Amino acid sequence: MQPMTVLAPLGMLGYGIPARSMERGLARDPAVLALDAGSTDPGPYYLGAGVPFVNRRAAKRDLTMILDAAHQRRIPVLIGSAGGGGGRPHVEWTLDLYRELCRERGYRFRTAVIDAEVDRGWLRSQVAGGRVRPLDHDRALTATEVDAATRIVAQMGVEPFLAALEAGAEVVIAGRACDAAVIAAFPIRAGFDSGLALHMGKILECGGAAAYPRHGSDSLLGVIEDDAFTVEPPNPDKVCTVASVAAHSLYERANPYELHLPHGHIDLKATRFEASGDRAVRVSGTRFVPAVTPTLKLEGVARVGFRTLSIAGVREPQLIANLDAYLANVRTRVADTYPDGYRLMFHVYGRDGVMGPSEPQRATPAHELCLVVEAVAPRWEDAEVICALGTRNLFYARLPEVRGTAGTAALMMDEVLRGKPGFEWTVNHVLPLADPLELTTVKLEVVGR
Amino acid sequence: MTTKPLVELAKTIRSKNAGVDQITFDIVFRDRETYELVKRSGALTPEVVSRLYAVPRERITAFVEFDPALAIKFTIRRERPSGSPGERDVFGAQQYAPLFDLPIPLGR
Repeated sequence: MQPMTVLAPLGMLGYGIPARSMERGLARDPAVLALDAGSTDPGPYYLGAGVPFVNRRAAKRDLTMILDAAHQRRIPVLIGSAGGGGGRPHVEWTLDLYRELCRERGYRFRTAVIDAEVDRGWLRSQVAGGRVRPLDHDRALTATEVDAATRIVAQMGVEPFLAALEAGAEVVIAGRACDAAVIAAFPIRAGFDSGLALHMGKILECGGAAAYPRHGSDSLLGVIEDDAFTVEPPNPDKVCTVASVAAHSLYERANPYELHLPHGHIDLKATRFEASGDRAVRVSGTRFVPAVTPTLKLEGVARVGFRTLSIAGVREPQLIANLDAYLANVRTRVADTYPDGYRLMFHVYGRDGVMGPSEPQRATPAHELCLVVEAVAPRWEDAEVICALGTRNLFYARLPEVRGTAGTAALMMDEVLRGKPGFEWTVNHVLPLADPLELTTVKLEVVGR
Repeated sequence: MTTKPLVELAKTIRSKNAGVDQITFDIVFRDRETYELVKRSGALTPEVVSRLYAVPRERITAFVEFDPALAIKFTIRRERPSGSPGERDVFGAQQYAPLFDLPIPLGR
């Protein structure tokens, strides 16, 4: 087959496309623009709250560049994990932006919208059937947790994208999706090898991150052939090297030899990375191994209450030397008034604030410490009261060793801060499913003039 | 036997989430010789990681050598999923520092 060029304009919609990279990437005549727009990395809040983790204006700038190119060159656009979390409000947020842009610029696209949210009733029946297994942990999923979850999404593979393209979509806006699948779908539909297409997708999904130097959001080009693919940064100041591309296989994954998708996995054991000229890397040998039963990954969060914070400093050497007794004393004082119904936590920066019990230098704290008091409770008012009481008791702590009696903490401010509602990942599970399309709906509409 | 701290031998030492329940660590070397030296030294093993991070051995869920990238990689299961109340490092990005001083015997 004729080689096919794929341009990933950037690794995360809203992080910024360098204009020159886009221009040079487009000059290579890509057949498709494909990009990832989400992640679980920034934590459970965004999926739970139904909000994106990027700025709307920044996302609009990126999407404008992408739609301008799609309109001028008549090439399709595939966007996966829309709005970050890839749930319904996230897809809606992206669609709102997209419709606004089409209106403003007079564009008209056949558009596929793919939902990734999981129906609770359906999932309860799967849980009851004992089909849901934990991923990377041992917390079994129960019907209670399914009911308590604020939002649950399933990572889609290539199938819904193929269905959308088959239906004639020019722009695909999908909820939560495997990042590699978003980019691999178009080449796979054209008949390229799934192993190569998905491996290329995995490298392109982070945009310019697989090129050196790694700074800044950037674009990446992939050119797929029958027996290999080549990746190259359109930014002339960057290069792909065997080291930069191979090292990307390690990134954010426990097992660099395998990458799992619903319909199978890619195997990198026989993969070869070779330099192709000074700036590109040719990759071959990656195999696709189809799954006996397709397996979906589920992600879900539950609200655990509201979070409040306060910040205090400690400088007196005796307080630092007796910090655990000091904090235990504070906890006791708070519990005297409020025995339960909340969580109160102390982050001790300057001792083990970053690593907690894994900190090897915990025994040698700094000469001054920053204490962040974190309270979580079912209502804002409770979280504020607990946080304020914890902070006040830091200030009024009495320990025999301590000389200062007027105040035992340097408060950055007396008032406590409201954070965001607190969420927790309660669903990180897999579910075998004979038909991976069973869970996703692909809706087609014409957007624009 | 003379030793060198790992930080002087590695090109990259980093940590990052691998999903919401794990943090994965990459130690990448500049050349094959150094990579092979560290691999053979026996100074970096799951047991060493378990001691260094004060985590039980069973929480080290993967330990692999990835020749194409000249990298040694291991993964630790979190106690709680990322971003839960009390979270210290949502992205798992600042957990690698204790690896710096790990002494690697230079052999013979």
